[in-house]
Amino acid sequence: MSLWRNQLHGPTDPAKDAGWEDPPPRKGFFTDTSICIGCKACEVACKEWNQLPMDHLGMTGDSYDNTSALGASTWRHVAFVEQDAERVEQARESGRLLAEEGPAGGPATGPRTPVALGLPSLRPGLHRITEQDVSRAPATGLPLTGPGTHVDIGPEATDLEAAEMAARQAAVDGTLPDFRWLIASDVCKHCTHAGCLDVCPTGALFRTEFGTVVVQADVCNGCGYCVPACPFGVIERRDRPTDANGERLKTAVKNEGVAQKCTLCYDRLEIGAKPACAQACPTTSIQFGDLSEMRQRAEERVEALHTKGFTEARVYGGDELDGVGGTGSVFLLLDEPEVYGLPPDPRVTTADLPDIFRKAGFAAGSMLVGAAIAFLGARS
Amino acid sequence: MTVPYEPPATEPAPTPRREGRRKRRRQRDDVMVPTMEFESYYGRNIVKPAPWKAEIPAYLFLGGLAAGTGLLASGGEMTGRAELQRNARLVSLAALSGSTAVLVKDLGKPSRFLNMMRTVKLTSPMSIGTWILTGFGGFTGIAAATEVAKMVLPRPAKAELAFILPAATRVSSWGAGAFAAPLAAYTAVLLSDTATPTWHEAYRQLPFVFVGSALAASGGAAMITTSVDECGPARNVAVGGAVVDLVADAIMERHLGMLAEPMHEGRAGAYLRAAKVLTVAGAALTLIGGRRRPVAALAGAALLAGSACTRFGIFEAGIASAKDPRYTVEPQKARLAARREQQRQEAS
Repeated sequence: MSLWRNQLHGPTDPAKDAGWEDPPPRKGFFTDTSICIGCKACEVACKEWNQLPMDHLGMTGDSYDNTSALGASTWRHVAFVEQDAERVEQARESGRLLAEEGPAGGPATGPRTPVALGLPSLRPGLHRITEQDVSRAPATGLPLTGPGTHVDIGPEATDLEAAEMAARQAAVDGTLPDFRWLIASDVCKHCTHAGCLDVCPTGALFRTEFGTVVVQADVCNGCGYCVPACPFGVIERRDRPTDANGERLKTAVKNEGVAQKCTLCYDRLEIGAKPACAQACPTTSIQFGDLSEMRQRAEERVEALHTKGFTEARVYGGDELDGVGGTGSVFLLLDEPEVYGLPPDPRVTTADLPDIFRKAGFAAGSMLVGAAIAFLGARS
Repeated sequence: MTVPYEPPATEPAPTPRREGRRKRRRQRDDVMVPTMEFESYYGRNIVKPAPWKAEIPAYLFLGGLAAGTGLLASGGEMTGRAELQRNARLVSLAALSGSTAVLVKDLGKPSRFLNMMRTVKLTSPMSIGTWILTGFGGFTGIAAATEVAKMVLPRPAKAELAFILPAATRVSSWGAGAFAAPLAAYTAVLLSDTATPTWHEAYRQLPFVFVGSALAASGGAAMITTSVDECGPARNVAVGGAVVDLVADAIMERHLGMLAEPMHEGRAGAYLRAAKVLTVAGAALTLIGGRRRPVAALAGAALLAGSACTRFGIFEAGIASAKDPRYTVEPQKARLAARREQQRQEAS
């Protein structure tokens, strides 16, 4: 079965495997969830650029997440999780272990030197806007002074000290909730070994020169096989709405009945533009570029956070030795993947395909032999 | 006029629970295992269930029936059992037509069914299966056509076709026979080559379950349609298939561990319990009274129903395993923990 080797699992360059001659560097995302503010600009930009229809309207009651999940008409999904201090401690411990021992099956990165736990420090040169410093603020007409904009701790204190004092005071007063947000913008992983692409029977899914995975909506016949094949639950068939009698309703929506997912803005990439979500992200939580650089940035950011004591930070995806040969979308997470609705150890189903076929071959052979015996052994 | 787009509501979480934290629902015979807690995102599924409806399990059943009866028809042709040959060929063609119809109906764009034919893709069991089905369909079509010709054509016309009919019968017999076993087995590959936890983990035994189920169903169909004198091989196939189905299923459930749970719960559980009862009853009736036509017909009906229930049960169990994040997360966490343990041992 050497025919399959490296085509189904393990590190490889997927664009070259797909037959692209001299492809550009593989592109990807780095989604840094530690600086995501949950504005959902990525969701909106994605819908807008790709002309995706509305999913469903309504409140889920699941924190600020009313989008629910990635799907045929949702190619960026912002997850919101509310956690208490106990859970943060657990995440810190599991992240520290992960850094010490490395990913299971991979090399350890070694412990990073932690320094005192504390509030995240503001970058030098950044000022918190207070009564004393409103000179560079745009004239919006909004009040820039008043409650919440100024802490009176004496004229000598810096902005940073003021913020820390305010936080400590709130902790003493009991007005600081035992609470933290996890906010993460999820997207298609554009796997090195993509289950959806492998199982597609029509060739509608294909590998682009950027190493990404894209559906050709005009080729897909809506068999739906890619949907259960994705280990991340990303791709989905856009179902046609029906009335009470099961009759299909006529709508203005494109591509009903065919599989849909993130294209990493293939059209924008071809003219050298950023994907819409990365373009719209106001905090650079979503970064786009050459995948090798994205992976490096993720590692560096985790390193930096660990050094500051935030050992809950860990890289998700991007490891060439993982079950999908490394994802094209790299994430920095602050807790275990399953907390965000991500699989903890994803594995592309087609990695087992040679063995699956082998077992089916035995079964088919047994059937043939069994039938032969049934005829030879029959008296009448 | 266009109507506002209203997609179907997303699958609601099974029960609302705080922070998706969730205790193991049931403690069956494994009381020694400590209660395991796991985190999920509001109890939502991680992998997506296949968007397939009843058409696909119906296809699994009909495809198996077509394959099994195709094999019986070929055997009948080779051993000179003309009645078995004729009836099995006709059943095979009917089952094949039904299976193709449901397969096309299940597509999101049925008009694009032929797009399956624009490529041959070894990594896609559905592509392989389409070509197997096409090959099998071609030969079965010829086989059934020769039988119909023999039945309806007047004697002079048959005499005129004498140069082609025997050859067509022989060629279609070998051809359909060659494609039958792959057709029966590949449907298991179709289900297993997914991230659906129960289907994927069952890949070692599922082809044997499906092959056994196909043989049991086709033996049953032959016992209903054909006189007992020519049904000896069909009875053997029915009992043998039932045994393979039941034994492979038992081994599969043992291997699956917690992933077998969906096979005992809800609709899947009901289907699979019914399947066991019907298959055992059908096989027992075949052994006891298979040589008496009414008993044989009853046994055949039980085996057919049992096979259909097996397919619907396995299908539903997989869908249920995809909808519950526990079945995605827990085996993966266990896999990670095992690798970690190995790593520690190697390091020390």
